[in-house]
Amino acid sequence: MKYLLIIYCSSLLIFSSSLAQEKSKNESILSGSEIYIDFCIRCHLANGEGVKGTIPPLKKSDYLLKSIDKSIAGLKYGLKGKIEVNNIIYDGIMINQGLDNEEIADVMNYILNQWGNESEEIITPSRVSKVSKSILK
Amino acid sequence: MQKIISAFLFLFLSSIGCAQNNPPFIETPLKKDYTYEIIIDGIDVPWGMAFLSNNELLVTEISGVLYRVKNGKKTKVNGLPYIYRRGQGGLLDVALHPDFKKNNIIYLTLATNTEGDSKGGNTALYSGELEGNNLNNLKLIYKSVPNSKKGEHFGSRIVFDKKGHIYFGIGDRANREKNPQDIRRDGGKIYRFNLDGSIPKDNPFFNKKGAKKAVFSYGHRNPQGMTVHPITGEIWENEHGPKGGDEINIIKKGINYGWPEITYGINYSGTPITNKTEDPTMAQPFYYWIPSIAPSGMAFSTSNIYKKWKGSLFIGSLKFEYLERLMIENNRVVKREKILDKIGRVRNVVEGPDGFLYVGVEGKGIIKIIPKT
Repeated sequence: MKYLLIIYCSSLLIFSSSLAQEKSKNESILSGSEIYIDFCIRCHLANGEGVKGTIPPLKKSDYLLKSIDKSIAGLKYGLKGKIEVNNIIYDGIMINQGLDNEEIADVMNYILNQWGNESEEIITPSRVSKVSKSILK
Repeated sequence: MQKIISAFLFLFLSSIGCAQNNPPFIETPLKKDYTYEIIIDGIDVPWGMAFLSNNELLVTEISGVLYRVKNGKKTKVNGLPYIYRRGQGGLLDVALHPDFKKNNIIYLTLATNTEGDSKGGNTALYSGELEGNNLNNLKLIYKSVPNSKKGEHFGSRIVFDKKGHIYFGIGDRANREKNPQDIRRDGGKIYRFNLDGSIPKDNPFFNKKGAKKAVFSYGHRNPQGMTVHPITGEIWENEHGPKGGDEINIIKKGINYGWPEITYGINYSGTPITNKTEDPTMAQPFYYWIPSIAPSGMAFSTSNIYKKWKGSLFIGSLKFEYLERLMIENNRVVKREKILDKIGRVRNVVEGPDGFLYVGVEGKGIIKIIPKT
């Protein structure tokens, strides 16, 4: 009986905490739009197209849509050196912006579902927490 | 008739098109009179630079590292205050006290949180004594409030006049509605202090009730370049506009520089901020850029090393990845030229004690411009 009670209580705790933490996809996208305006828009621009040859596009970006974990790592640790986006080489630098895992998840959900981009995946803070720097090498 | 109408329409539309770019238009010289050398590498964002001698300098990295560099060899300086690294905030500018050789005092601007709250950070001015690779006797001169998690517009550059004052700027901290036009609030201001950190009694709003006493000028968006004119001694500043409307201003006591009441820029989304570009109570910029170049760093060339460049003003472009040379005649910008085209995001430019120009480039480090002989 005692064990049952413990299991019941802990499952209740886990369930309720997950309820409190997990935003819906739409809520996350909404928070992400604010992060985008504050941290990203100056370079990647309002239309997500960036600047050809200097700032990689996010709109219809094969790099973003095909390698989501690498994109997460770029936001988390910063990105430097050559990358190929839609058949164009970019050799710039994006420093890490000091965003926490939840903010990275939010802005990822935003850019994955803007400007005609579509993604069935929902990026969660816990997924962001698991992405390591080594993926960029 | 129809032809005439369409000709008028064409002229009208093309004149609108022209009005979008502010002259003089940028030129790319066909013949390069210079070459360059990377003298310090391995610094991702070399924000600030201060020369200790011809071959030794201090360089800040936005992530929170202060390097002491001698003959290209970097050593980290210990004893820095807490640095709040977020968005455009982090460790920003570094400058030597005018009597550094006697007192070893340096100044730093940086984003921090001294309140111990979880509300983000804001820009501060510190001084400290540099002894070898240590920063001792750290002193907080000014910390702007309130803290904010916004990643935008921390400023900040440090300069000195010849009368014993230190100046530094703070951006509007992404709160343009509240901060820049209100002298009771921090943000969107240039501040002035005495070298010991006290506030000069002749600051413009020193006796104004409720005002921030350290404010020297206001109505700024995000100042990231400042220098002193070599002849007039005036404080020259550049600041980021939104989409269009980056500015060069000559900073004068108590003056309102207009942001966001007047601006030549629009929102990043393309919507207007205001329909006003001037106001009798606010200063016009010395020059404004359309399109925005995202200016950072500012220096006049005063030496005889680059003959054609003597007297020109140099400003980094983060956005278009070059160093801009502006020729000034009769108080006007008469020519603009790209130097180091496509070099990378130019964060900073200073004239070294040897008269050479040193340029901080993101992803590269510090570059020295060498004239061709």
